Amino acid sequence: MAEKIATREAYGKALAEFGAEYDNLVVLDADLAAATKTGTFKKAFPDRFFDCGIAENNMIGAAVGMSLCGKIPFASSFAMFAAGRSFEQVRNAIGYPHNNVKIGATHAGITVGEDGATHQCNEDIALMRTIPGMVILNPADATEARLAVKAAIEHNGPVYLRFGRMAVPTIFGDDYKFEIGKGVKLAEGTDVALIATGIEVEQALAARELLAAEGISASVINMATIKPLDEEIIIAEAKACGAVVTCEEHSIIGGLGSAVAEVLAEKCPTPMLRVGVNDEFGRSGPAKELVTYFHLDAASIAEKAKAAVALKK
Amino acid sequence: MDAQRKGELCEIARQIRIGIIDAVYSANSGHPGGSLSIADVLAYLYFEEMNVDPANPKMENRDRLVLSKGHCAPGLYSALAQRGFIPVEDLKTFRKTDSYLQGHPDMKHTPGVDMSSGSLGQGTSVSCGMALAGKIDNAPYRVYAILGDGETQEGEVWEAAMFAAHYKLSNLCWLVDFNGLQIDGAITDVMNPTPYDKKFEAFGWNVVECDAHDFDSIEKAYAAAKACADKPTVIISHSTKGKGVSYMENNVAWHGAAPNAEQYEIAMKDLGAL
Repeated sequence: MAEKIATREAYGKALAEFGAEYDNLVVLDADLAAATKTGTFKKAFPDRFFDCGIAENNMIGAAVGMSLCGKIPFASSFAMFAAGRSFEQVRNAIGYPHNNVKIGATHAGITVGEDGATHQCNEDIALMRTIPGMVILNPADATEARLAVKAAIEHNGPVYLRFGRMAVPTIFGDDYKFEIGKGVKLAEGTDVALIATGIEVEQALAARELLAAEGISASVINMATIKPLDEEIIIAEAKACGAVVTCEEHSIIGGLGSAVAEVLAEKCPTPMLRVGVNDEFGRSGPAKELVTYFHLDAASIAEKAKAAVALKK
Repeated sequence: MDAQRKGELCEIARQIRIGIIDAVYSANSGHPGGSLSIADVLAYLYFEEMNVDPANPKMENRDRLVLSKGHCAPGLYSALAQRGFIPVEDLKTFRKTDSYLQGHPDMKHTPGVDMSSGSLGQGTSVSCGMALAGKIDNAPYRVYAILGDGETQEGEVWEAAMFAAHYKLSNLCWLVDFNGLQIDGAITDVMNPTPYDKKFEAFGWNVVECDAHDFDSIEKAYAAAKACADKPTVIISHSTKGKGVSYMENNVAWHGAAPNAEQYEIAMKDLGAL
């Protein structure tokens, strides 16, 4: 497999790349440019980078003000602070007036690693989903992260982009097409559909191999857009496979699993199970170990998939 | 300011106050006290200070106003009506289900409203972003914000104050409507945010004081803001909550309450409308 790159790295590079094309693109950060990788943009365009200091709520508001005067602002911090601390600023100053602000939230989920629970945001998707008109993008690799940044720039309205700290394999090639609101089928299958997002796409593809060895055929869907959700592909896969497993590095409450369950319950009742962080906080540890510790690894997905298949009877 | 112009502004402010009472009375809810205390300031901003055009509310280089104390929407709407952005008679639809005049300012549906507001503190940051964009573009517009005195208890106000001074946003001017009262009582009893002058000075701001009900004083304050080339300016505007309606003046009960029919009549008499 190709070299491993964290989606936050791709985010920083994409900002610098598209900054050349869009001279109204500005970037705000809250003293985390080295970590969120907006520092890459800062280096390329120092006059369009604004450090807000450790004051995320003001950063969100300042980004709104800039958007109202013709700029396309990306406001960046860790997911915990961008979506968590600043939820109400995002809701009232970005969401309600539907302002053209992009939130680049890095260090999402438990793969923050050693910093532990205070910095591991497993709730951001749940929070952002409740805001009318908010687009939520959770790319799986560096290729998709770059394309998500471009799509966010071209989309007129609020976008929440979720990036990870941990280096992950690059799954998609240069020919990969990204469209807001479209799930992408990565592998065919007939027994169970694995609907995955973010870093769990890699795990779902590996789980498919494990299942194949046991004679179970799993399809894999990459759901990079959590909102607006691609209901069509969910229903089609549920009908085709008869069982669904969602896979996400986020709480099983309120994230992709909940979103898919809502669609299936109302439009196509189908046995389904959720892989994600259970109703508990994260903890310190090396990121890769935590993926296994919280049962987000390929083997855990394969187990859930078998259980979902068993529910079909 | 010459006497004739002062007289004209006084008359505009009186009309703004009448509109405030009409709006709140029709809605049977809303915030008259803090709206009345900024009526003269709004008259000055919309008729003397700001470069705005009711025929082109989104004009590119217009001056911007963020009513950070968004609950005083009746004051803003009434000023916009006097300036010709919206019909005066629409004030009577304030807070009604099918009206565009929401309880707190909504930029999506009301011409002349530059930012939706109401969640206290947030407008300050937005005004900073507008001013910063203006600085980057070397644009001619200025950015104004009106804060409540109680609002300064919000931490975000001081995050924004730090930001504005750091980026030397001399095109930004806040006005703190210092009427001394908030919902739970006197601001100094609830959670004392004073002294404003020393706080803002320490944050790196140009600090100016004015009498909120004296147009000469207001004019001097905004002129001093424009004259400052390297700092944002805050005007500490000493006002009377409920100004112009006898029984509302300095009475915290009128922060967020509507007059009944009898009280409405007294208010209109006080304002010379009956």
